[in-house]
Amino acid sequence: MSDHTVKAYDKELEQIGLKIAEMGGIAEKMLVDAMGALSTQNAELAARTVSCDPKLDKLQREVEEAAILTIARRQPVAGDLREIVGAIRTASDLERVGDLAKNIAKRAIKVISDARVPRATVGLKHMGDLAAIQLKDVLDAYSSRDAVRAKAVWMRDAEIDALEDSVFRDQLTFMMEDPRNITYCTHLLFCSKNIERIGDHATNIAETIHYLVTGENLPIERPRTPEKFTS
Amino acid sequence: MSGTDSVTLSEGAGSMVNHPVKLAVKNLDFFYGQTRALKGINLSLYKNIVTAFIGPSGCGKSTLLRVLNRMYDLYPAQRATGEVLLDGQNVLDPKLDLNLLRARVGMVFQKPTPFPMTIYDNIAFGIKLYEKLPKSEMDGRVEQALKGAALWNEVKDKLNASGLSLSGGQQQRLCIARTVAIKPEVILFDEPCSALDPISTAKVEELIDELKSQYTIAIVTHNMQQAARVSQFTAFMYLGDLVEFDETNKIFTKPSKKQTQEYITGRFG
Repeated sequence: MSDHTVKAYDKELEQIGLKIAEMGGIAEKMLVDAMGALSTQNAELAARTVSCDPKLDKLQREVEEAAILTIARRQPVAGDLREIVGAIRTASDLERVGDLAKNIAKRAIKVISDARVPRATVGLKHMGDLAAIQLKDVLDAYSSRDAVRAKAVWMRDAEIDALEDSVFRDQLTFMMEDPRNITYCTHLLFCSKNIERIGDHATNIAETIHYLVTGENLPIERPRTPEKFTS
Repeated sequence: MSGTDSVTLSEGAGSMVNHPVKLAVKNLDFFYGQTRALKGINLSLYKNIVTAFIGPSGCGKSTLLRVLNRMYDLYPAQRATGEVLLDGQNVLDPKLDLNLLRARVGMVFQKPTPFPMTIYDNIAFGIKLYEKLPKSEMDGRVEQALKGAALWNEVKDKLNASGLSLSGGQQQRLCIARTVAIKPEVILFDEPCSALDPISTAKVEELIDELKSQYTIAIVTHNMQQAARVSQFTAFMYLGDLVEFDETNKIFTKPSKKQTQEYITGRFG
């Protein structure tokens, strides 16, 4: 797509894009660090992760503000309109990813003293890795406006859901083995729920990208595993 | 008449397959002397639907509008080929009674053009051309037309004042009233708001929306937001070609042609 006749319009859209990219970088790092802190009992890393969140919140507001101003000023239509709406949605998804990662980091600090069964975090770590890949892929798809890649992320979310079920069963087993594990494993269960939700936000962003690029919505029902133990 | 319902629809207008067509343009070419200003235009104006024509200056949108009621006949060396079917009857037929055609296909211009006479006579003048009415009936028709153009309340106490004493926005609505008074079937608007302030513009847009229940409407506008607001169908033209013709909602959210996208998002040229 060529440039707008009004150069300032391009500049505004570019600035919004840059802020989304910055948010994506922060959210990705928060997830990876939170998971690292959880599996290595690193309180200092966890605290640093928590402290990143306000920056993400601030950026989200900036994206929203810039988007609203652009709507007011330029009355965007067609591709530009989808771009702006996509930015607002994506920023809000990334802000939520930050909140969820922060929550994992907070729990990591809480459970350090009673991390009794290190193997309990193995499945969780796998889930976290998968969510991090999803997030990275969807952010790449966003920056390259790649609807095919976005759809692939959307399809893959089922894997995270399936893993969550297996983590859930693992944690139940550890709790039944020894009731002293209950506090620790319950925290881990919340962490797995958080990761699953991060995966959902990645699929939301994938849907947004698909709409932004093609103007078409993906189907409402996305592929899911047939049975779920949780919720 | 039945033939008009089954004209080949332009691309993208599939959802209107069963909607009655009021005016069907088929393979229309238009020439200013040697210059070909319209190139094989095919599109339909659907009954009781507002269709907007957009495109950069010189794309042919006003030319197309002027063909629909043979306005170009006033000028030598201008000619059209192809067909423009109004309820199945070819408007381009040289034997056609032009006065009758223009009574059926009315036009409102860019600059308000009230006659230098009273408000009342501005309306009555057109009616008298086509009908002989007793005074009482004429009064009723004038009132009805002014009400139809949302002007009655503002002028009912000064019907004998000059039409030129009105504000620009009121003058434009007076012209709309004059057009409506002779009970046309199609109304063509050629940039009706470009000389008006935002409030008058909003009033004219509101009026267009109301008029569509009784008339088939075509509007040429440079203001794309206006096209998005008032029309249900939009035709994007460029250099005499009809580039894209589709539902307005689609044109402004998901146009299928790159050229359309670049024009409406302000990237043209």
